[in-house]
Amino acid sequence: MPGLVIERDVLIEAPAEVVWRTITEPDQMSQWFADRVELVVEPGAHGYMQFGDQGGPVVVEVVDPPARFSFRWNHPRGEEPVAGNSMLVEFTLTPEGDELTRLRVVESGHELRDWPDAEKQRYADEHRGGWAEYLDRLATLLGKRQPG
Amino acid sequence: MTTQTDDELWSAIADPSRCHVLDLLVSNGEVSASWLAGRVPFTRQAVSKHLVVLERAGLVSRRKQGREVLYQVQTDRLDQATRAMAQLAAQWDRRLAAIKRLAEAAHAENKKGDRHDG
Repeated sequence: MPGLVIERDVLIEAPAEVVWRTITEPDQMSQWFADRVELVVEPGAHGYMQFGDQGGPVVVEVVDPPARFSFRWNHPRGEEPVAGNSMLVEFTLTPEGDELTRLRVVESGHELRDWPDAEKQRYADEHRGGWAEYLDRLATLLGKRQPG
Repeated sequence: MTTQTDDELWSAIADPSRCHVLDLLVSNGEVSASWLAGRVPFTRQAVSKHLVVLERAGLVSRRKQGREVLYQVQTDRLDQATRAMAQLAAQWDRRLAAIKRLAEAAHAENKKGDRHDG
């Protein structure tokens, strides 16, 4: 169960096939994501993304055009990215009409390694709302603080 | 890029029992582990364990007063956690907005091409 979940979505006035190309073709990715993208969009393919003078490897997980695309990144150098040492980014494309597509992204990670399973399950049950609920909880905590 | 420190921070906040402890600390200022144990539905040992994790993540600090150890929230760190999460979300909002712009422009371009062909 991830320790950090961020969910966002956007409605795009274009068919899923067009959105799919935008999120998976390296020359397109370099316009919305990294400065430089070296990636073959195949399950298990290893690629590289450059952000300014920093960069890191990515590994493709799911490629199901034009509906699902996911990759892992932010894992320690020299390690294979698996659940527990990396962040998973999952895109889901859902047609909502002729030329309308809902694009949803979920970034999750920071596996809670040392939790007992019962506690993981309880956490999962309490966090179905994902990131928004999580932030609400923090906001509630912050709101309770004494002023000043 | 994330760090080991972030890892500890997220894990520390993610646990509902730990969040309960954190909640009590935020509301009540500086208190002892025994005081906390009297207000939660779990054991004194569990409270101590949670406090260790929270302290390791930098969310809680402690000081000795006489024979007692008192704990309090490190508000800077809590603010930092909230900001980090808001930043990550904002980053994805910006990326999704860019994807929307690119895809819609590509789609408009395709339609123009179709009309010329027909």
